[in-house]
Amino acid sequence: MAIKTDAVGKSWPAFEYEVGREKIGEYCRVLEIQNPVHFEPEAARAKGFRNVVAPPMFCVVYSAGAMGPVLFDPDVELNFAAMVHGGQEFEWSEPVCSGDVISTTPTCLEIYEKDGRGYYVFGSTSVNQDGDEVVRGVWTNIVRGV
Amino acid sequence: MSEFKAGDQIAELRVTPDKYVPHRYAGASGDFNPIHIDEEFAKAVGLPGSILHGLYVMGLVAKASALAVADGDPRALKKLSVQFRGMSRPEQEIVVTGEVTGVDGDRVEVDVVATQDGNQVIRNATAELAVSPD
Repeated sequence: MAIKTDAVGKSWPAFEYEVGREKIGEYCRVLEIQNPVHFEPEAARAKGFRNVVAPPMFCVVYSAGAMGPVLFDPDVELNFAAMVHGGQEFEWSEPVCSGDVISTTPTCLEIYEKDGRGYYVFGSTSVNQDGDEVVRGVWTNIVRGV
Repeated sequence: MSEFKAGDQIAELRVTPDKYVPHRYAGASGDFNPIHIDEEFAKAVGLPGSILHGLYVMGLVAKASALAVADGDPRALKKLSVQFRGMSRPEQEIVVTGEVTGVDGDRVEVDVVATQDGNQVIRNATAELAVSPD
């Protein structure tokens, strides 16, 4: 059965996420990231940040609402039961701080078949309230037995 | 100028996530896929039990790289790409190691691997960090 590639090139509406200090703290406590710039506004400002700053991988928190619906899009037709997260890439620019409003726009970069597996590659671009890019992501999902 | 040079090993990170880490990471990240938080569901779909989120382990790789190269500065990590292989489980130690592959001015590139019980759970990971001049 040929893999469905209708979604290649498609973009989805931006998802907006307002970053909160406690959410950054919750993420950091799970990863045991202890730098005070992630918890205390004074410590963050002393290091030149506007407010409590998120660690780079917090990007998965504010991007999740953008990427979730993409996987359920009928144009993508992705078989969840056989899906694994194959690879992930992020490239960061402006730091993200508590109070920032981040808009993330997903796109479908590639869908292809190789050795009986389906590769579904999505891109994401996240910008802050000033329009400055904060992170760019490439998300690769692999589906067995397509 | 960076104190690092190609071939240097970066400081390793060893973490043994407790039984409830997948639950707490699900709450923090919003990813409640039952393979991470429901032992019976995970077994029913052929896994040995509930497994850690791949992005949690990638978070450990990011943390280890930034700690080793830039004292945990959240601005340091510029780029990180990983491939997930196999699976990792709570209550078993994860070891993150890395080797500097290149230095260009204030930029340091590191190849990173996360292993658990001898298996590489993240491999071909490349981290690019900027070391602040001070």
